[in-house]
Amino acid sequence: MFNFESRWLELRRLDELAAGDTKIHRLNPCIKIMTTAIFLIVVASFSKYEVSRLLPLLLYPIVLLNLAAIPVSIIAKRILIALPFVVFIGIFNPLLDHTPGLQLGPLLVTNGWISFISILLRFILAITAALILVATTGMDAICSALLKMHVPRVFVIQLMFLYRYLYVLLEELSRTLTAYSLRSLRGNGLRYQVWGSLLGQLLFRTMDRAQKIYQAMLCRGFDGEIRLLRYHRLTKSDLAYLLGWSVFFLTARMINIPQWLGALLVGRH
Amino acid sequence: MSHHIIEIKDLEYTYPDQTKAVRGLSLRILHGESVAIVGANGAGKSTLLSHLIGVLIPSAGSVRIGDYPLNKETLSHIRRSVGMVFQNPDDQLFMPTVFDDVAFGPLNMGLPPKETEERVLAALATVGAVHLKDRPPYKLSGGQKRSVAIASVLSMQPDILVMDEPSDGLDPYSRRQLINLLKTFRHTKIIATHDLDLVVDLCERTVVLADGLIIADGPTLQIFSDDALLQKSHLERPLRMQGCPICNAKAD
Amino acid sequence: MHMADALLSPAVGGAMWTVTAGLAAYSAKKVQKNLDEKKVPLMGVLGAFIFAAQMINFSIPATGSSGHLGGGMILAILLGPWAAFLTIASVLTVQALFFADGGLLALGCNIFNLGFFPCFIAYPLIYRQIIGPEPSRRRMFLAITAASVIGLQLGAFSVVLETFFSGLSELPFAAFLLLMQPIHLAIGLVEGLITTAVILFVWRERPEILRTQPLGKLAMKPLLVSLLAITLVTAGGLSWFASSDPDGLEWSIAAITGQDDLKGQSGLHDFFADLQKKTTVFPDYTLANTDASAEVETAAKKSAAMPGIDTGTSTAGIAGSILTLLLAGLIGKGLQATLSTKH
Repeated sequence: MFNFESRWLELRRLDELAAGDTKIHRLNPCIKIMTTAIFLIVVASFSKYEVSRLLPLLLYPIVLLNLAAIPVSIIAKRILIALPFVVFIGIFNPLLDHTPGLQLGPLLVTNGWISFISILLRFILAITAALILVATTGMDAICSALLKMHVPRVFVIQLMFLYRYLYVLLEELSRTLTAYSLRSLRGNGLRYQVWGSLLGQLLFRTMDRAQKIYQAMLCRGFDGEIRLLRYHRLTKSDLAYLLGWSVFFLTARMINIPQWLGALLVGRH
Repeated sequence: MSHHIIEIKDLEYTYPDQTKAVRGLSLRILHGESVAIVGANGAGKSTLLSHLIGVLIPSAGSVRIGDYPLNKETLSHIRRSVGMVFQNPDDQLFMPTVFDDVAFGPLNMGLPPKETEERVLAALATVGAVHLKDRPPYKLSGGQKRSVAIASVLSMQPDILVMDEPSDGLDPYSRRQLINLLKTFRHTKIIATHDLDLVVDLCERTVVLADGLIIADGPTLQIFSDDALLQKSHLERPLRMQGCPICNAKAD
Repeated sequence: MHMADALLSPAVGGAMWTVTAGLAAYSAKKVQKNLDEKKVPLMGVLGAFIFAAQMINFSIPATGSSGHLGGGMILAILLGPWAAFLTIASVLTVQALFFADGGLLALGCNIFNLGFFPCFIAYPLIYRQIIGPEPSRRRMFLAITAASVIGLQLGAFSVVLETFFSGLSELPFAAFLLLMQPIHLAIGLVEGLITTAVILFVWRERPEILRTQPLGKLAMKPLLVSLLAITLVTAGGLSWFASSDPDGLEWSIAAITGQDDLKGQSGLHDFFADLQKKTTVFPDYTLANTDASAEVETAAKKSAAMPGIDTGTSTAGIAGSILTLLLAGLIGKGLQATLSTKH
């Protein structure tokens, strides 16, 4: 069950990182969500053949990874794992689009390759933005922020419970799978004979647990509504953060920064 | 004075699958008493406890807690005065952080935020877990979870504490901490447990259940000296009341 | 398969987010109204269950390969469509956040693809229709597998549509379709088999769990029509505001007509191009006071429309890009250095 262990490890790793205490961690979670959203929308809004204008946006993950002390390895790992699918679809671009796009001395780069590189860049930017959000904010803060932003309460409570019991269930499943693999002589993978009973019994235990939780909730006065005590603080630095990055993103969207820098370098005006 | 007296009369309970778990049980517990409920697995301990907190409604007989008879209308009152600590703390700590769990009860009782916070910190201080308040439950050790589960009940300031296997799974140190903590509580305590040594430390009165009936009810040390009774109910003497292995070996 | 941020345009992404948000809000209302209190912890814990179950490798006999569980059908059967939809949405949200499965922008698409079809189409229209009151094992297998397969086929088809309308991939519609549908047929069959195994086990051991939920009034036709309307309006509106000048359109027109600028095109096109330029929130041209960059900009644009011309600008672009990357790297290293000396 190699897949299982490694995914679970990643989950725990990100959760631990989220408990950090850098300036970025201390920012208001709503601000961080909004900044991430603006970033993602700007990245997606570029046209198909845009490569150079995407490059300055790499500054966002680079700066945050450093300021929030997030090791690049966890991001890189995720990128590598998710890469095949995007490459699989994206590779058809250079294969199908042979229109000439760029002349690099003797080398002619087709638009197909340009759009492929664009896709890869978007991919990297999008993944890092999402992982950085979670690694600097944590599930609990994200849920609080969602509530503040008027996401339906039923859904946010659902997220909270899911996350709370995820670890319990993953541990239970891990024990069950270990017990299975110790007594099954073949390699990875559940034999179909046990699909029903292994998963079914896990399901029963899960539902029994839900019943017990429900009783515990009743004992403490549960009446259908989950009440939370949360304090939200919005400081000037929070707003400055949002404003600063937004201005940068929009600038990168409107001005071709590399082109401009290159023009300076090459001496063209 | 009927304040905080628990009165159970001829209680019977049959589960949906027709198991008769409790077959006619009568019990009276006074304010401030510490009572242990012991017996073999399946004797009816958990079922009895479930009635005390209103999770189950009697098939026959009655349960009265303080001024309130146990029925659907009085449930919310009863739940305010009886706090239950479950056997598995994971079933009890279901909120994202320790603070949220301990605040759950007071918030449901309608307390305003400031008072809730005071109660939470007080409850956590009592169990020595204030430093854990922002942690998610899965990051706690067994002993810490147990403490926090107790705090989550204390914050509602109940008069009666019901506990199901409180020392289950605790290492010796945590177990000792727990016993010392419970010794300081003035609440009425009802503890269902296999840990007979804990009973000796905490409970002056013991009730023995077997097959859904009470077969003994009296002073703890007296009950634990009655070997015939203990054997009939699938129990043994507490370990500290059995022969010391070193001394006995020397005597041979 | 998940839809990815990298292949998504903001118009499609935004439209799907709007639809999904609407569905989620509506489902939340429904769950709240018919609230069986017990469902609150149950949904959460079942969500964790499905999340965990998705990580199991199921060995498919006689093929040597393995399959995985999606979980949509199981949730729909156990919780009913509304609660199941929210539960799947929550599972996908956690996955998008922690594993960047698909991405956050594409989350709207993915919740729709993997949630709407199993819960609101496959479950009521196929599973419930086939299953009847006292089903035999055979009938259960049929109902579950048919529902799983169709749910996944529709989901896969959605991905194809979303990718196609986003326009970032060159993959022709038909080719992509031919690629996705058969793969998801296999995936759907595996999902059906696993789900059947579990549900049959539950049916044997604790049938009371499967007592069918009241479906309530699932008025499908108005729901579908309004969804379609919302999607079209949002996609259209967002395209208008979010796109740059229609360089894709420009390019294809140039290619077709052989003309290198838009003068002489019909007055209508000019009018719309003008209007769009005026109302676009993300204009593709630069600020007024940087004429130099504006020149460079239009030159670069022209070279996109007319491939092969003006290699000088390309050089500037390449040089600038490399410089940008170097700068970014330096800033990164600089930050690393200053922050580690602070400790």
